[in-house]
Amino acid sequence: MISALRSSRLAPLLLLALVIAVAPSVFPSVFYYEVGASIFIAALAVVGLNLLMGFAGQVSLGHAGFWGLGAYAAAIGPTHMGVPPLAGLLIGVLLTMLIAWLVGRPILKLRGHYLAVATLGFGFLVTMVLTNESRWTGGPDGMGVPRLDVFGFVIRGSRMWYWASAGVLLVGVWLALNLVDSPTGRALRALHDSQVAAAVNGVDVARYKLTAFTISAGYASLAGSMAAFSDGHITPTSAGFLHSIELVTMSVLGGMGSIIGAVVGAGLLCALPQLLTVLHDYEQVVLGLTMMLIMIFLPLGILPSIAARFGRGST
Amino acid sequence: MNGGTAMPEVMQFLFSGLTVGAIYALVALGFTIIYNASEVVNFAQGEFVMIGGMATFFLYAAGVPLWAAAPLAIVAAVVVGLALHKLAIEPARGASVVALIIITIGASIFLRGVAQIVFDKQYHRFPAFSGETPFHVLGATLLPQSVWVMAGAACAFALLWQFFERTLAGKAIAATAGNRLAARLVGIDTDRMIALSFALSAALGAVAGVLITPITLTSYDVGTLLALKGFAAAMLGGMGNPLGAVVGGLVVGVIEQFSAGMLSSKYKDAVAFIVILLTLFVLPHGLFGRGRIERV
Repeated sequence: MISALRSSRLAPLLLLALVIAVAPSVFPSVFYYEVGASIFIAALAVVGLNLLMGFAGQVSLGHAGFWGLGAYAAAIGPTHMGVPPLAGLLIGVLLTMLIAWLVGRPILKLRGHYLAVATLGFGFLVTMVLTNESRWTGGPDGMGVPRLDVFGFVIRGSRMWYWASAGVLLVGVWLALNLVDSPTGRALRALHDSQVAAAVNGVDVARYKLTAFTISAGYASLAGSMAAFSDGHITPTSAGFLHSIELVTMSVLGGMGSIIGAVVGAGLLCALPQLLTVLHDYEQVVLGLTMMLIMIFLPLGILPSIAARFGRGST
Repeated sequence: MNGGTAMPEVMQFLFSGLTVGAIYALVALGFTIIYNASEVVNFAQGEFVMIGGMATFFLYAAGVPLWAAAPLAIVAAVVVGLALHKLAIEPARGASVVALIIITIGASIFLRGVAQIVFDKQYHRFPAFSGETPFHVLGATLLPQSVWVMAGAACAFALLWQFFERTLAGKAIAATAGNRLAARLVGIDTDRMIALSFALSAALGAVAGVLITPITLTSYDVGTLLALKGFAAAMLGGMGNPLGAVVGGLVVGVIEQFSAGMLSSKYKDAVAFIVILLTLFVLPHGLFGRGRIERV
């Protein structure tokens, strides 16, 4: 049975679902539900980012910008425009994907550094707008976010958010696993290995990169909206450069090109500061050092490196 | 606009644009030197500027006179640049572009974190080199420190040009940039040349930090935005072209100050991003760049 599970592409999904279901039985307090929810929400964004970085081989240093767009759509829609919260979330995702598509179109024709720098600039631009347009966004202090109600059912409290965000994460992982196994996924992996070889084989390189970029922006926006709803308050820092870097680090840490690795990376980076509050002043030092060390010594990331070690003997 | 912009205002924007533009040009030149020698885009370039400014301030505050503090700060930045190459870039030899971007971004975050601990999180400045009494030129005011910035940047460009044209080490770096294998075949130690390019870039960045701090202040996190603007400048000029980097820096600085003065100062930092996007749309190889044919 285990070998049958291993060969199935949905095995990681089942394993993840199992961990999510069993974990609460060892939680000593409600606080752990809160940490769990924040891990799942971050993981959702990282799963999307991983499609772009791990599969299409492109770096985005501005994904928190998309996260911020989603977060503020969830806040501004209901507060200023009378849109129901769930509709605000969906509109946010669609708008963010449209913006990503428009911004990505010129950038993605070019390579590596250009996307990194342009997305870095994009993130700054979003933060700047969110900070300056205080009539809509509350400025640097941020704004409150109404509760999320799904057709009359209001989601509130850490426990409920634990299960809600876990459900959305599982759907997100399932979609990503399917995408990776589809012709689009094969095309993405091909252009990760060699853009030229992929192009020679008829892969429309620019179009597939743009597809991955747009989808990953949608994941980030959804995660941003959910974080906003569960926290009840947002500030422009959620769209900031440092948050973008955290998302990249999570993706790298778990393993680029591994969907479950994205969840592991998010878990590690979210849990560490909670467990080691003394590290607070050293947050950036640890973050930067982690990025460098992983890329130098474990360029595949934690999960694929482990898999490579154990997979060697058994085919 | 309110009945057209007067001449003195235009001159004022031009002066301040050329001042910050000279700084962007130094950062862009730092990018260019490392990129040419090693094809690494060093995202930690802005942190050299920060180290230059912050280290000078803290030495100055500790009682070291400015004329000694500034060179010491530059030496500190060079040491950091060499360490960055030795400890982070060299061990990752052969890594993908993605990996190198993440490593240099990691280095940038790491250096900011260390600066927070070693220095602090406040904004700092030290006095201008030769007083604060402004000159009046064509109805506009010009700070003496602005003259220092422009003259200092011009000196750095001239020295750099001399170095690449007249010295053996400079030519060896140029050879490494042109063709690393061929350079090695004629006996050039290419690793040392790449290390030297990191040292040069760090020195340039630190000089920029020392020159600009009396005008714009410095703090541990000034690096990221400067790196973004320097990169915009390098791209506008044509990635890898030193003259392009200088022109690109001045153009970005001038556009930024004019749009801050005439449109909205809140969004002046957005100029660099718009320059990047427009460059990609209209002239992807920049003003002075040539399209490279890629070999597979």
